[in-house]
Amino acid sequence: MRGFFSQIATVVAMNIMSLPRRLWMSLAAVFAVSVVVAVLLAFLAMAKGFEETLAGTGTESVAIITRTGSQSELNSSMSRDTVNLVSTAPGIAQNAAGDPEYSAELYVIVDGIKRSTQGKANIPMRGISPQGFSLREQVTIVEGRMFEPGRNEIVAGQGVQREFDGFELGREIRFGKTAWEVVGIFSTGGSAFESELWADAPTVQSQFQRGSSFQTVRARLEQPGNVEPIQQFIDNDPQLILDVETEADFFAGQGRALTGIAIFGWILSFVMGLGALAGALNTMYTSVASRIREIATLRAIGFSNSSAFVGTLVESLVLSVIGGIVGALAAWLFFDGFSASTLGASFTQVVFTFELTPELFINGILLALTIGLIGGLFPAWRAARVPVVMAFQGGE
Amino acid sequence: MSDDILFDLKGVSKQFVKGKETITIFDGLDMSIARGDFLAIMGPSGSGKTTLLNMLGGVDQPTSGEIHFDGKRVDTLSETQLAAWRANNIGFIFQFYNLMPMLNAHRNVELPLLLTNLGKGHRKKSVAAALELVSLSDRAKHMPKEMSGGQQQRVAIARALVSDPKLLLCDEPTGDLDRQTADEILEMLQLLNREYGKTIVMVTHDAEAAKYARRTLHLDKGEFVEKDLAA
Ligand SMILES: Nc1ncnc2c1ncn2[C@@H]1O[C@H](COP(=O)(O)OP(=O)(O)O)[C@@H](O)[C@H]1O
Ligand SMILES: [Mg+2]
Repeated sequence: MRGFFSQIATVVAMNIMSLPRRLWMSLAAVFAVSVVVAVLLAFLAMAKGFEETLAGTGTESVAIITRTGSQSELNSSMSRDTVNLVSTAPGIAQNAAGDPEYSAELYVIVDGIKRSTQGKANIPMRGISPQGFSLREQVTIVEGRMFEPGRNEIVAGQGVQREFDGFELGREIRFGKTAWEVVGIFSTGGSAFESELWADAPTVQSQFQRGSSFQTVRARLEQPGNVEPIQQFIDNDPQLILDVETEADFFAGQGRALTGIAIFGWILSFVMGLGALAGALNTMYTSVASRIREIATLRAIGFSNSSAFVGTLVESLVLSVIGGIVGALAAWLFFDGFSASTLGASFTQVVFTFELTPELFINGILLALTIGLIGGLFPAWRAARVPVVMAFQGGE
Repeated sequence: MSDDILFDLKGVSKQFVKGKETITIFDGLDMSIARGDFLAIMGPSGSGKTTLLNMLGGVDQPTSGEIHFDGKRVDTLSETQLAAWRANNIGFIFQFYNLMPMLNAHRNVELPLLLTNLGKGHRKKSVAAALELVSLSDRAKHMPKEMSGGQQQRVAIARALVSDPKLLLCDEPTGDLDRQTADEILEMLQLLNREYGKTIVMVTHDAEAAKYARRTLHLDKGEFVEKDLAA
């Protein structure tokens, strides 16, 4: 048995030592695998980052009420009266003073200059009620202070500050004819709200000529997850043409549109993986061909054909794992923590961060191993079947 | 059967099938090789010398007939059994040395010992002794490409010897060497035969080389014709 392992160890070592003889071909195989893995991981990291951002955005304890059929906050609209009416619905939590805890909000789109491209992109600007702040989970002012009602003051999400020019604390910024001062920077622990600017709702209404109309109502639920009483209240009043969902459900629905990215990433890297597989097969067949006399000689000496098989397979796995690690490192260097923004369902930019988790890393290495395994298996089979008489065949 | 017989071939036939054609190389060949013999096999190119050597070495199988080694039938062994049998009994010496280019002399010679249960220390001693025997102790760390053809062949001889096999099978061992180097190698084989009792079967087309052997068989059309060496 000891003989068996030292045979295999020797053959593996010899194959690895002979790699420089096939340097360029081996490097090409490594490169092909690394590109495939990097591409896969970039897509997965993007999907993961987007998913995390949206998953972190909604909470079960807040209901979001929109006009029926609006699909997104941007398309929704409701009057002051509707807001007042629905805010009295049962199931909405009340504060110490006995008032319902809710925030009537409206949502306008402003332009910002992206740091990366210096091009214009949309930023959602949200007018919120004083209670709106406390309705977000994990929200904190990390710099400066909260806006004051009635003034042209905004607080900017960290994501906005990261991605766009001009949102440093104290800066004045103009949207159309209106001028605003950045008085604070807020964090929501990485959720999509960080891609927003927040200001006082009545001020936004007046500065953007929205009259007294709102788009959504956010309300704290008496019982987290239970929107049923509000739903019944809406159903019983024909004047109210509204939908109610928990915020968690609302954002999960929006995030799902982007899970296609991960699937696309897998499909793309599968197709590219076939190319890398062809490269690996070619490399390994060449490797076997160049070692035929060595393999046959070892067999003549008494080495088993499984040592030739394992040696070839391990060579292939080593090459592909190197490729996988290089690709994963490249993806990590270039993409991990890379901030990107994409169109959310409401046609505004959701800022999110690529997240290369260890789990994704393992996915990349597994893909590389699969390419190496399949790419090595058939050549290894050929290596195992090299006739021993080849040792006696002439020619250098 | 005498105890002095190492190899015994009975009615060995060998055919190759090439497409629709069947080439018969041997048809009912009988031969025996005595223990301690140094046998040279000569014959024109294509006469089946290598094929015969391959069958003796368990690298190729006869189409029919029997091959006995040390009183045991070997032509019916499985691939795995043959590999083990070769490892225990046979050392091969090839025309083109067949050293592993990425291993130094020491490691090349060590290869057959990796199939045994010998520990590192024992292996080292055996390798050193084998290299000593071929006068290459000072080249242990050299790579094949840093050595001349004659030196490479001596490393190959050391490799064939290191596990102390009974039999050395050599296919044109001097075919790639100049006269003087060839003579050195042949003297070495002769020494191994005379002093160390190795049985040697050597295929060659060189009549000078054959002179080092105890006897020479001429292969022609699958038959042996024993000729007088003096002739
Ligand atoms: N694997 C094989 N398949 C078909 N024909 C072969 C094979 N090996 C050898 N031969 C044929 O058998 C004959 C003898 O070959 P070989 O033993 O190599 O001759 P020698 O070594 O005497 O030159 C040749 O005609 C050769 O073409
Ligand atoms: Mg030949």
